[in-house]
Order: sequence, then structure tokens, then C-alpha cells
Amino acid sequence: MENLIALLIAAPLLGAAVLLCGGRRLDAVGHWIGTVLAAASFAVGVVLFTDMLGRSAEERTLTRHLYSWIPVEGFRADVAFHLDQLSMTFVLLISGVGTLIHVYSIGYMEHDERRRRFFGYLNLFLAAMLLLVLADNYLLLYVGWEGVGLASYLLIGFWQHKPSAATAAKKAFLVNRVGDVGLSIAIMLMFTTFGTFAFGPVLAAAGDTGEGKLTAIALMLLLAACGKSAQVPLQSWLGDAMEGPTPVSALIHAATMVTAGVYLIVRSGAIFNAAPDAQLVVTVVGAVTLLFGAVVGCAKDDIKKALAGSTMSQIGYMVLAAGLGPIGYVFAIMHLVTHGFFKAGLFLGAGSVMHGMNDEVDMRRYGGLRKYMPVTFVTFGLGYLAIIGFPGLSGFFSKDKIIEAAFAKGGAEGWILGGAALLGAAITAYYMTRVMLMTFFGEERWRDAPTPSPAESDVEPAAETRGEYTPPHPHESPSSMTIPMIVLAFGSVFAGAFFGIGDRFLHWLEPVTGHAHGHPPVSALTVTLSTVVVLIVGVAIAWAQYGRRPVPAVAPRGSLLTRAARRDLLQDDFNHVVLVRGGEHLTRSLVYVDHTLVDGVVNGTAASVGGLSGRLRKLQNGYARSYAVSMFGGAAVLVAATLLMRAV
Amino acid sequence: MSFPLLTATAALPALGAVATAAVPAARRTAAKWLALLVSLATLVLAALVAVRFEPGGDRYQLTESHAWIKDFGVRYELGVDGIGVALIALTALLIPFIVLAGWHDADPQETGSKRWRPTQGFFALILAVEAMVILSFEATDVFLFYIFFEAMLIPMYFLIGGFGDRAHEHGEETASTQRSYAAVKFLLYNLAGGLIMLAAVIGLYVVAGSFSLQEIAEARANGSLQMAATTERWLFLGFFFAFAVKAPLWPLHTWLPNAMGEATAPVAVLITAVVDKVGTFAMLRFCLGLFPEASKWATPVILVLALVSIVYGALLAVGQRDIKRLVAYASISHFGFIVMGIFAMTSQGQSGATLYMVNHGISTAALMLVAGFLISRRGSRLIADYGGVQKVAPVLAGTFLIGGLATLSLPGLAPFVSEFLVLVGTFARYPVIGIIATVGIVLAALYTLVLYQRTMTGPVRPEVSRMPDLRARELAVVAPLIALLILLGVFPKPLTDIVNPAVEHTMSDVQQKDPQPEVEAAK
Repeated sequence: MENLIALLIAAPLLGAAVLLCGGRRLDAVGHWIGTVLAAASFAVGVVLFTDMLGRSAEERTLTRHLYSWIPVEGFRADVAFHLDQLSMTFVLLISGVGTLIHVYSIGYMEHDERRRRFFGYLNLFLAAMLLLVLADNYLLLYVGWEGVGLASYLLIGFWQHKPSAATAAKKAFLVNRVGDVGLSIAIMLMFTTFGTFAFGPVLAAAGDTGEGKLTAIALMLLLAACGKSAQVPLQSWLGDAMEGPTPVSALIHAATMVTAGVYLIVRSGAIFNAAPDAQLVVTVVGAVTLLFGAVVGCAKDDIKKALAGSTMSQIGYMVLAAGLGPIGYVFAIMHLVTHGFFKAGLFLGAGSVMHGMNDEVDMRRYGGLRKYMPVTFVTFGLGYLAIIGFPGLSGFFSKDKIIEAAFAKGGAEGWILGGAALLGAAITAYYMTRVMLMTFFGEERWRDAPTPSPAESDVEPAAETRGEYTPPHPHESPSSMTIPMIVLAFGSVFAGAFFGIGDRFLHWLEPVTGHAHGHPPVSALTVTLSTVVVLIVGVAIAWAQYGRRPVPAVAPRGSLLTRAARRDLLQDDFNHVVLVRGGEHLTRSLVYVDHTLVDGVVNGTAASVGGLSGRLRKLQNGYARSYAVSMFGGAAVLVAATLLMRAV
Repeated sequence: MSFPLLTATAALPALGAVATAAVPAARRTAAKWLALLVSLATLVLAALVAVRFEPGGDRYQLTESHAWIKDFGVRYELGVDGIGVALIALTALLIPFIVLAGWHDADPQETGSKRWRPTQGFFALILAVEAMVILSFEATDVFLFYIFFEAMLIPMYFLIGGFGDRAHEHGEETASTQRSYAAVKFLLYNLAGGLIMLAAVIGLYVVAGSFSLQEIAEARANGSLQMAATTERWLFLGFFFAFAVKAPLWPLHTWLPNAMGEATAPVAVLITAVVDKVGTFAMLRFCLGLFPEASKWATPVILVLALVSIVYGALLAVGQRDIKRLVAYASISHFGFIVMGIFAMTSQGQSGATLYMVNHGISTAALMLVAGFLISRRGSRLIADYGGVQKVAPVLAGTFLIGGLATLSLPGLAPFVSEFLVLVGTFARYPVIGIIATVGIVLAALYTLVLYQRTMTGPVRPEVSRMPDLRARELAVVAPLIALLILLGVFPKPLTDIVNPAVEHTMSDVQQKDPQPEVEAAK
């Protein structure tokens, strides 16, 4: 069985290699190769899973040492895998949702001439992400960690001829690199503290060192998690990442890669448990991000960007739960899995809508689409009900547990975190209802030619607004696209109940992450009832604004907060002014300094020592060779003189 | 007497250089093939050196020793340790690619060219440089090393000053002026370093009475040679200055962007990937080996200079408008990492630094040679003159991206292994310096990805719309380099096995022990 672990990664890796090196002759079959290998990986995952279920809870961990990777005196890094219940959960999610999205992409990317390459990148992503969750040490995890970053970079920038896509890809990689610095430093700290960075020994010995060291390691891991999982303050790349093709947004920027930060924190639970200060920071980051993402999600008219805000917010819930320690780890992962289903489903639904609407993403140009795309409407609708936490559906079970655990942290912190989580639930209900109403209900706003927005009145109107506007013909997508949506909708509906009832998921994961029952200051029933109440409030407000009244086809100017939220709460403006402009000034002045000052001083020193400057000018006129010869002549004389002196 | 393998490895390219230069003017192509075959045969000999070398054996192996200038105790003494083997292998490996990449760089531009057989000269000079670089990796006699260290400047000078890019945005006249300026600057900087080193070499002889690395080390170890602290420090500084110019270390770096910018891409690779490595190699072998106490004394200052190089080089790379100068500044940043790893005085730092020398050679060669192919197509070195190349030449763009990803040390590719070892080795002893150095990780991503974005993505510029993709010869240059980057990133063990014992020797030279992990130390 152990030998199968490597196969999980090898299958998609082979696909990536074949598809990216294969050249044009594979264009016709490339997408099938990619999909079959992704499915093969999933099949291996299922085999390993059934095998794991056949063993008792304590004996489920499989390890496989492949070879010694970087053997250097005092330093040991291995290519070795570790498959336990936590990584198994991820393996099934990644390869399962991954395979569905491969199938979906066959239809979605049908008319793209670079479809083979797209599938190569998708396979590369699967291999890297599986490596991330299967590595048995932090350095190998780092390889997967940056590998998914590379795949994400390639896929966000897949349509490279669009400057916005290329910029978004670069931005994602750079912001992630800042997080990676955190991971590097964490690994270095582990090395100097424990002499190793393999999970087993580090997590076992976490208690043997001081809290200060552990807090530092934990905070560095958090920095890494913030980058990959788009948490404040490193969240700015996720919205731009929507430049990538929609299947990418579903797989990488919603269901799997962006949750890697949560995996990292839960995996490093032993370190965080012993560093309560760091845990508090984790919960604060989670709470701030869940509100930040939700507020941004409310203001976006671009359907994918609204969903991106939502992703940020939902991962905020997971990070919050992970920061709560043993009372939250299991629920963080449970929400991660259910979120994987419904968010992937929502994105695929959005892609299906765009597919039928000439790639329009502005929800103000949608409306009344439920008649034209019934399957998309129903599957998207089920995902919608799941994410807002409609009782009985997936999100209800997983989110409710997190809110409960947040209250259970106790004291003022518990009230604040619980309150934030509850408020986030209300806002989630609001913005998701808004998306639902603007897209599938109301007037068919796409029938009329778009009117230029007053804010952009000076912009040259696009071709279709100059009289020759032909409205799109909304239609349902082909079955290669709808079947994955149906499967994911199924998961969105039932996964939560399946995991939650009888604490199935808890018993499954507890041996790895540990679990402590939290005791909220109010009864669990009160928490559940409150979530239902805020849910109703959120939906009602959205209904009042977007259901009862027609939606204006052009965005109104909006309040100060709305305008700020449209601009991602001004984070980008800050980055631009401080980092981009500041950086440009710095590098430009350094270029000047290097050219004049450093060069000048060194040359000048040399000149004042040997009068070289005058000769330099002469040399440029063609005396260089004779000069070189004379220099060597001088050297020879010097040698001779010294040796002579010694002889005397 | 056994076969003098080390001499042969250097003599073959030297003889090849003479033979290539002697090829008649009309037989240009024959000269190219001759140079390629000689470089490949040298690679075989270098591989033989690596195979014959026993990692667990003596410190210096395959030794040869002959009296040369008896009166002054100069001996023709060769020997390699693991670090030398790795760098000889790198040199012998890169030269065939440099030859192949520069296949058309020295074709006469028009009939009636005044230059004398430029093609033959170009390839002969490359082989001459190879011979001298290999000898300087092999020499265990200080004076012998010095001779080759200096002598390689002459062929390098002619390579930089004599051959430039085909098309130049400011015309051939300006290009020629800039080239000779760059060549002279290269020569003067390195000669100045060399002269100071010469004084130190002579000083060493006066103090120690020998040029032999092993004799001096033995004499120091058994106490028969005492060196006053001040003397040792002066001698150390003399050596270090020369190596810091060559490496190059901030603030002695400014010759490199000029030289790499004006030289053709293959020659730029020769400078940064091969010749400059002699500087960092010599720091390990001579500075640490001969002057351990002075090395430790100077460490704080050198580490700060290395750190400045890392950050400064990277920031300057971000600000460049010229592709080749950008790569040059990136190299300055990377040399900062190498020097930092050497002087961190930990096993990880020094093993990392040695791997870094090899990996940087391969990754820079990949990036720079593809950049050269790009530049030769468009006739401009300016980043702003490109855009959308990936649409018309996807293979070129893809290989360029992989070269760039190697430059930014992406995990999975070889440079990551060495960069992380250097960082962790530095961090173990100097946490603050290690943390500041990680800024280099972010900046490397910035300059690489900005370069890729501006040249390869976006709408296709009309000037590049007819650009052909990589040709078979060019692919033959790039593909093996990329394969090596992946192989050494995934499985660096063959290299570390050779390097580790040598690093242990160096660590005992400077009498340093690795810091122990906190938890174990407590137990």
C-alpha cells in the first residue's frame, strides 16, 4: 500500500510532463490524457482510502521513505511521504474535485487553441498540491507549496496576451513569495531549534523548547498561510486571480490551493497549541479576513470577484477555527471540505453562466437567467443555499460548528470572535442572495445595449455600444460541464449532514488533530438559532434591495464604504502608493547611485592611487593591449625584485 | 607513474585552442566543429576525474607534483578536492554549450572585415579560458594558481572587447567604444586585484618559505610555522581583495554589468558562470585554508558586504532596462549568497555555497543563453523593445521562463537546494543576517517575473511578430541545461556526496563546529 502513495503524485506529474513537452501532435488527445491521469490519481486515492478504513484508528498512518534528498553534514531532508487521515481527506478532495474540473474544462476550453497546455498546467497543479499534503517534512512541503504557486501563476496568466492577466499572475506569485519567506524562516527556526524539520520529530518535541521560539515559528507559519490562503494582510492577489479561466478559479482559487494555509496550521497544531499568543493572532487574522472578504463580496458587480471575496471570507472562517486550537481543528477541516464542494460548484456555475453569455462577467448585465439555464440555476442555487448555511445543507453543519467553537473560546475574546463569525454569516447571506438575485432573477438586463457608466464617460465606448449591439443568446452548457456541477451540488447538499450527524468527521480526524469539546457560554441551540436568524436578516435585506426593486444596469455611485469595498477596501491603492511607487523611486535612485557614486568612487580611488583614470582614457583609444603587456611586465619585474631581495 | 589526468584535462583545451586558432581562414566551420569536439572530449576527461575521485579518500587526490622553479620553491603541483571536482565538472560541462550557443556569434559580418580570422580566434579564446580556469581549480601551489588566475584575464579581455552583439541600437561605432570600455574596465579591476594579491603571494612566501598549500597547512598545524596576527590579516586581505573583485562583491562589482552587457551572451555566461567562480572557489581554498584566524576576524565585515550585495544587486536588477545587465545584477546578488555561505562557517553554509556555484552556473547559463537567442532575433537588448513573444515563440518563452524560475530559486529546481542551504547555514550562526537575506528571495521573484512579463506577455509587438521559435541547435543548448536543473533539484545527492567531505576539511581548517540545535543541546 505504501508504494501507492508515490503513484498519487506520479500520475498527474507524468501528465504534466507529457502534455507540456509533447508538442502539437498531442493537441487532439491532450485533454483526455490529462483527465484520465487525474482520474487515475483519484482512483488510487480511493483504494488507499478503503484500505485505511479497514484498519483501526491508531494504525491508519502510512509512511513511505523514497530517498535521501539533500544529505549535508548535520542537515537531513528526505523525499518521504506521510499519509494519515488529514492528508487522506485532502487527497480525496484534491483529486476528486480536480478530476471533476478536468472534465468540466474539456467543454469549457474546447475552443481554446492552447487547451493541451491548459491541461498540462492543471496536472502540474494536482501533482504539486498532492505533494504539499503528502510530504512528511516541511522542506518537501515547501516544494509542493511553491509548486502550486507556480501552477497558479501559469494558470492565472493563461491568457497571457491580456496584460491584465499577466499582471495578475505576477502579483499572485509575488504576494505569495512574501508569505514563502515566512515558511523559509519557520523552517530555519525549526532547524536551529530541533535540528530537523520533519513533522514527526518536530511536533513531538514542540513542548521541549521555550514558548518564545514556538511563538516565532507559529507566526512565521501564519505569514506563509496568509499568503497562500489570501488572508489579511496578504489577501490582495485573490481578486485579481480571477483573470484566470473559470475552472482554475474553481479548483485552485476556491476549492484546494487557497486552503493550503489552513492545512499548514492544522498540521502544525502541536506548535500552535504551545503558543497561545500566536493562536490569538491566528484567530484575529481569521476574523478580520472573514469580515473583510464578506464586505468586498457585497460590493463587486463582477460575479467571479464577488465569489472571490466570498472565498476569502470562508477561508477566514477556517483560519479562525484553526486558531482556536483543538476545539476548532476538526471543524476547520470539515468546513474546508464542504466549502470545497459548494464553492467549486458555485464557480463552475458562474463559468457556465459566462459560457452562455459571451463571457460577460458583470452581474448588472445578467438577470432572469433561470429560464435559459435550468441546470445551472438549480446547481448554483443549491450551492448558494449551502454557503449561506441553510438548515440541513452542508454549510449549515460546518459553519455552525465554527461559530459555536468561536464562542467557546471563552471570555471577551470568545464573544468578539463569535460575534464576528455571526456577523459574517449575516453578510454572507446578504451578498450571496445578491449574486443569486442579480444573476437568475429580475429583468433580463442583457437585452439592451449597455450604457456607459458615468464614472467612465470619457472612455471610448466599446464596439457593441456603437449601435450594432447584438444581445447574447443565453443557453445551457454541454453535459461535460453540467455533470460536474451536478456532482458538486450533490456534495453541497449532503456532505455536511453526512459528516456532521453522529460526529463521523470528528471521529475520523480526531486521532490526527486531537479534539477538545468546547463549552460555549450560551447553549449550542441558541447559537444555531442565532445563525438562522442572522441568515434570514441577511437574505431579507438583499431581497429588499435587489429582489423587490429592479437592479440598475449601471452601478450607482454608492456610499463611501461601497466605493471603498469595490476597490478592495483600498488595499491596492495602499500597495500602489507605498510599495510600487516607493519601490520604483528606490530602484531608480539606486541605479543612479550605482552608476555615478559607487562606480565613480571605486574608479576614483583607483585613479588617485595609480593615476589610472588618465590612462583609462588613453586605453580606450586603443592602447589596451600594450597596457596589458606592460602591466604583466611590471608584475614580472616585481616578482623578480622580491625574489632577488630574498636571495640577498 | 600514473596517467596525469589533471594535466590532461587542462592540456586538452589548451592544445585545442592552438589547433583551432591554426585552422585556415576559409575553414571557419571546421574550426567550430573542432572547438566543439575538443570541449566535449574535455568533458569526458572531467567526468573521468569525477569518477576516479573517491569522496571518502584523501583530501587532495589525483595529485601531480614536479619541481618547476627550484630556486624559489615554485612547484607544478596539482590536486583536487571535492569542491574542485565539482567546479571542474561545471566548467567542462558549460563550455560545449557556450561554444554551441555562440556558433554564429563570430561569423565575419561582411567580406573585407579587417579582423584576422575572428571565428577561429573566438573559439580558440574560449578554449584557452577553459584550460586556465581548470588549472586554477587544480593548482595546489599558490604561485601556480596565481599565474593562471591572472593569465585568464588576457583571453577574457579579447573576448569581451573583440566580439559584441550583431545589432546594436546605437550603431557599430558606439558599440565598439562601449565594448572596449567594458573590456578595459574588466581588465583594470581584475589586474588591480591581481597586483595586490601578488604582493600577498610574495609576502606569504617570505613568511612561510613555501608556496605549497599542503606544506603550509602542515607547518601551521604542527606549530612549526607561526604567523603573527597582523601579518596574517594583511596577507588575508591581499588575497581576499583579488577574489572579491573577481567574485564580484559589492562595492567592487561595477565592472560586471559593463562586461556582461557588452559581451555576447555566451561570453557573458563564460564570465559569470565560469570565470567568476574562480574567485569564490579561491576564497574557500586559499582565504579559509591559509588564513583561518584572519578569516574569522574579517567575517563580520564580509558578511555585511555579502548581505549588501544580495539586496543591492537584486534592487539594481529590478531597475534595469537592459536584459543582459539585469542578469548581471542578479548574478551580483547570487554571488552575495555564495560569499555569505562561505563565511557563515557552517557545514550547511559551505556545502550550500559550493552547490550554489554549480547551480548558479547552470541556471545563469540557461537564462542568459536564451536571452542571447532572443536578442539575436530582435537586435536589441532593451526590455522595452519586446512584448508578446510567447505568442509567436512559445518554446523560447517557455525555456526563458524556466531559466528565470531557476534564477528565482523555485523549489524543485537546483538553485533552491543551494540557496536554502546557504540561508539555513547562515541563519544557524547569524539569525539576523539570515533573515535579512530572505529579502533577496522576494526581490528575485520581482526582477525575474517583471522581465518575463515585459518581454514575453501582452499583445504581440509588430517587431517581434515574425520571430522564429528556437532552432534545433538552440534547443540542443537549452534542453540539457534545463534537464540538469531539474535533476540536481530533485536528486542533488551525487553532488553533495562529492562536496561534503571537502567541506568537512575546510571546517576543520577554520576550526569551526556547527551550532547545535537548541533542544538537543539542552538534553
